[in-house]
Amino acid sequence: MLRRYTSLGVMGGLFLCATVALAQTTLETVKNRGKLVCGVNTGLAGFATVGPDGKWRGFDVDYCRALAAAIFNDADKVEYRPVTAQARFTALQSKEIDVLSRNTTWTLSRDTSLGLNFSVTLFYDGQGIMVPSKSQIKSAKNLDGATICVQTGTTTELNLADYFRRLKLKFTPVVFETIDQTFAAYDSGRCDAVTSDISQLLAQKTTLKQPNDHVVLGEVMSKEPLGPAVRHGDDQWLDITKWVAFGLIQAEEFGISSQNLATFADSKDPNVRRFLGAEGGLGTMLGLSDDFMTRVLRLVGNYAELFERHLQPLNLARGVNTLWTQGGLLYTPPFR
Amino acid sequence: MPPSSLTSARIPFYRNVRVLTWLVQLLFALGLAVFVWLLLSTMLENLRKQGIPISFAFLTQAAGFGIAEGLAFHPSQSYLTAFGVGILNTLRAAGIGIVLATLLGIAIGVARLSRNWLLERLATLYVETFRNVPLLLWLVFTYAAIRETLPRLREGPSLLWGTVLLSNRGVALAWPELSATFPALRPWLLLALGLGLSTWLWRRYRAQHYHPPARARALGWACAVSLLVSCSGFLWTWWTAPLPLETRVDLEDNTVFVDRNRNGTREEDEPGLPGVQVTLTTPQGRWVAQTAEDGTFTLPEGVPSPPTFTLTPMPPVFWSVPRIQGFNYRGGLVLSPEFAALLCGLVIYTASFIAEIVRAGVLAVPTGQREAARALGLSERQTFTLVIFPQALRVIIPPLINQYLNLTKNSSLAIAVGYPDLFSIALTINNQTGQAIPFVVMIMLAYLSMSLLTSWLLNMVNRRLALQTR
Repeated sequence: MLRRYTSLGVMGGLFLCATVALAQTTLETVKNRGKLVCGVNTGLAGFATVGPDGKWRGFDVDYCRALAAAIFNDADKVEYRPVTAQARFTALQSKEIDVLSRNTTWTLSRDTSLGLNFSVTLFYDGQGIMVPSKSQIKSAKNLDGATICVQTGTTTELNLADYFRRLKLKFTPVVFETIDQTFAAYDSGRCDAVTSDISQLLAQKTTLKQPNDHVVLGEVMSKEPLGPAVRHGDDQWLDITKWVAFGLIQAEEFGISSQNLATFADSKDPNVRRFLGAEGGLGTMLGLSDDFMTRVLRLVGNYAELFERHLQPLNLARGVNTLWTQGGLLYTPPFR
Repeated sequence: MPPSSLTSARIPFYRNVRVLTWLVQLLFALGLAVFVWLLLSTMLENLRKQGIPISFAFLTQAAGFGIAEGLAFHPSQSYLTAFGVGILNTLRAAGIGIVLATLLGIAIGVARLSRNWLLERLATLYVETFRNVPLLLWLVFTYAAIRETLPRLREGPSLLWGTVLLSNRGVALAWPELSATFPALRPWLLLALGLGLSTWLWRRYRAQHYHPPARARALGWACAVSLLVSCSGFLWTWWTAPLPLETRVDLEDNTVFVDRNRNGTREEDEPGLPGVQVTLTTPQGRWVAQTAEDGTFTLPEGVPSPPTFTLTPMPPVFWSVPRIQGFNYRGGLVLSPEFAALLCGLVIYTASFIAEIVRAGVLAVPTGQREAARALGLSERQTFTLVIFPQALRVIIPPLINQYLNLTKNSSLAIAVGYPDLFSIALTINNQTGQAIPFVVMIMLAYLSMSLLTSWLLNMVNRRLALQTR
């Protein structure tokens, strides 16, 4: 709750008072501060959760760690700001956070009128609907007149309205601010169905009272390319967030992981040497050190490791989120 | 030294109090103006750098999201309409909340002054518990309690011969619904109002000017006349008023609707017709169904299609009894759990403050007033209602205004329980359009005008109640 008020206030406040910070680039600000401020989900299994040791972990969190590793050579120099779906864009615009790594869908209007720059799609998702298995609902077409729980401030909320309009069906949306509220309401029977990105549905399903009593319907209602975003106006910072994300994917393509990184140290392949910073000066062009990807791989890992660490346990298959060489959608421009 | 030299000596301006006061105020005003200008220009500069121009043009674009509560809202309607629905939802919660909180608050406040030990203690416990815990907590707690403890939709009880249905989908009450022929009743209602009003005026005039003075009974006469006219209008409309010319039946959706563009099929903007009796005739027999508030009707299983339809209008106002159909309640008035939670939270929280205000007001009336009233032979009840409470009201009203304003502003916590109030809808729009600054301004203006309106109304009441001194 408070987070929203703060960010609205900060929106006003920082827009007004950020005269001093104006002179600095985001990279300089981050370096001077000594840590990266990363906007993450308030709590979504697999993407951003606080573990029993009080540390944040998840797919989105690891991207923040990778970014910190590239800048500071220390993956722990990150301050995590949990932001609700509602508050996230304001938080980014008002410079409360440096980068938004919070399963955010890339859309045209967000890219333009919200003043965001999306760097790379790190996870290709789609919207699904979950219903109780005993309801006997087999398809979204059976949901005429249903009450549907949904989180506010998301593309999900809009896709839902679009989808039902197209099918000429009626529905009653019950909108909540956080994922937890949304799924708690669904679990208590307040809604007949709950809708969200499929990855989220699967992640939240494990937290329901009877996880096995719920099914995700087969329909995929939308395209949801999720990835980190930064604000307009700082191209260098956009490049950094972009190429660290590409680096994670490229490393998997090269077959370099945190485990076998040492074996590539004296690699003769010029592509690998450029990638790891042994030659070419790619990092300097970004304003980082040349071995920025070596740091990322040593401290965090490559895309496959991130996926196995956080998303595999949710029974999420790689699906289209595999390398282009294996028929997937993950494809990066060359590092040269 | 002669005294004249003292007064004639010219005081330098930096020691002249009058000049100094002006100078300080001028400097302060200038400083403030520069500060505000600096803030504004920085903000505009920052927004321009991020490529977010400030504009209100987006307000006419289609909202694209649905709203569950309040006026029927379609995703194809504009952001501005959505904002309006939000304002109405806030007004609904605040309005009902103010009435209920006042009633409860007065009851608790009086109970705290009771000489009954148990009642007094219970009231004290109420006040201390509810005003000392943050409202947000009560809202979340109430909502969770409603959601988790009430039975699910189909397992819920049906009370009072089926007119009240209860479940964690909310409460559905039987409710008078306006039917398709209601527009024909409207002139009758206006007539009833006009005649009632003139009867009232006439009776009052007569009582004051006739000799010997007669009892006015103005209100009774006025009510009787209005009732008579509206009842005749009701019956007349029921028997004579036809359905709209373009009334059609949609066999796929089992809906009766007004075919505005006369193309035979139902469009998104063509409303369903409530309160139409649908009679189906087939060789096998006849079935009768009524359309609900959205124009849909339910056919029993196994009706052969396509049957022949006859449509007859129902009374202009009919009693809509809720039922469970498909996923949700149909018909009647449905109060959602979100609305109930918000209302409960606001009412119990604000009532605890109002109770203290009422207690303070009653205690502020001098004891002599009570003693005098008792000495005149008034009963305890008469003493309270005729002597103490009217005087206490003068003390009560001004702080009460504050509580009403608080309640209205506190209703912005509605998003915590999923109720789409003004603030929640405005945030959603802001999230989609990125126009934070215009929206903060719009939200502020909306709350400001609501609060100013409330305090203006109550200040008028206050002025009427205030002690008239000459």
